Amino acid sequence: MPRKLFNFLLPAATGALFIAAWYAVCFSLNEDNRFLLPTPGQVLGAFSDNRGVLARATLNTAEGALLGFGLAATVSFTLALGLSLSSLVRVSLYPYLMILQMTPVIVFAPILVLWVGPGLKSVTIITFFICFFPLVVNTTQGLISTDRNFTDLFKMYRATKAQEIFLLRVPAALPYFFTGLRIAATLAPIGALVGDYTAGSSAGDGGGLGFQAIIYSSQAKYPALFATAAVTCVLGFVFVAAVLALSWLALHKWHDSFERTDL
Amino acid sequence: MPAPPPIVEFRDVDKRYGNGPPVLQRLSFTAQAGDFISLIGPSGCGKSTLLKLIAGLSQASAGLITVTGAAPEIASSELAFIFQEPTLLPWLTTAKNVEMPLRLRRAPTTKREQARDRALALVGLADRGRSYPRQLSGGQKMRVSIARALSLSPKILLLDEPFGALDEMTREHLNEELLAIRQQQAWTAFFVTHSVAEAVFLSNRLFVLSANPGRLHREVRIDLPYPRTAETRQSRDYQQLVAETSRLLRSVETVAA
Repeated sequence: MPRKLFNFLLPAATGALFIAAWYAVCFSLNEDNRFLLPTPGQVLGAFSDNRGVLARATLNTAEGALLGFGLAATVSFTLALGLSLSSLVRVSLYPYLMILQMTPVIVFAPILVLWVGPGLKSVTIITFFICFFPLVVNTTQGLISTDRNFTDLFKMYRATKAQEIFLLRVPAALPYFFTGLRIAATLAPIGALVGDYTAGSSAGDGGGLGFQAIIYSSQAKYPALFATAAVTCVLGFVFVAAVLALSWLALHKWHDSFERTDL
Repeated sequence: MPAPPPIVEFRDVDKRYGNGPPVLQRLSFTAQAGDFISLIGPSGCGKSTLLKLIAGLSQASAGLITVTGAAPEIASSELAFIFQEPTLLPWLTTAKNVEMPLRLRRAPTTKREQARDRALALVGLADRGRSYPRQLSGGQKMRVSIARALSLSPKILLLDEPFGALDEMTREHLNEELLAIRQQQAWTAFFVTHSVAEAVFLSNRLFVLSANPGRLHREVRIDLPYPRTAETRQSRDYQQLVAETSRLLRSVETVAA
């Protein structure tokens, strides 16, 4: 119990110290420069003043993030299955996947806007590309590293190729897939925000958090800009928490990463 | 009275991998239904290869192998394999693991469940069907692995050092259990082991193989009466057979070295 209390009190103390330091920096600036760093209080104020706009922008960004993330999970899983089936396909495609991964998608944002129009579609596609690679790489790795003893066992019992894939390789790859999902979950909201920053649109429901960030910075509403960053941060936490919950549901009964060591 | 046809027959079987030296050479023997044959010998004598040949997982380079009167590949549905590792799928419960071979053969659910329950009862784990492998001890995992093989009601059981990784006590327990199970479910066994004591305790025939190339050096008949129990290990006959076989094995190993 004291240990648990400690685990709560220590980060709380760090947080308090951080906020105090923040205030200290704010008040050490001379009057003319104070606008450069809003105080935590000002950020909170901006948050409550803009809560309607921020809520709508958050929903829009969350939608793009979720669509891109979901699409990436589906497509990457299918592609990984294909890659795992044939080393020929793997060898021929892998280098290009790597090159595609190194390509900064954001550079193509302006042209993407020309292709599909600004707004949700562009944001979804940008998020998709940012989430896609960790998922493909991890899932493929999982699908091809099935324990040799298990594949021998399935061969011994004359399993068909389909049985080997769906009863053995896919479940064995799940922990790898969830590792990929966890990485992608941290990337999705940031990807959607960056996408929105470069390809967002005020049309329809209005823009997302990235679009809002451009507006606030052009209007020199710096407290609101900080509030936008904070909201994005929270959105990231929600994504990661959701994936952790999913992976717990899928794996906790059998996988060692969920073995209880505190018993 | 004519002898019944052998369940497994090897006639002048050679096995080599690629152009390498022979792993097994001129191997001939017949096994009758109900035999419990242990294979013992120095490493590299081709014990595991012999099991693979029977299972049809590997083809003979020369000679003839028949299993239940047919080619090994055809007879493969009549046999089950038990490996040194339990190789239980960690994401499946004990019950689902035991069902797996029948599931792969697309057996109907009711048949699958009956076979599963019977097999789990045979190894004394009827109440652990819902457990996941990581919740079981090493000995229990091995029992599940045995149950999985027995769920197929095989005619032939191939065991490749199944108890090699277990402690002495657990190993002796499982040896006794294996024989007890055999009284309820008749199968012919081929059992690879490094332990002379285990081989003598279990089998009625013991093949001592020599290495490089693998050959049948000598067959030892173990005429100790079944059922054998923990007391069997106390008997003078048993201990004498263990001592003799150990001597025989040592002589083979010296030649190999």
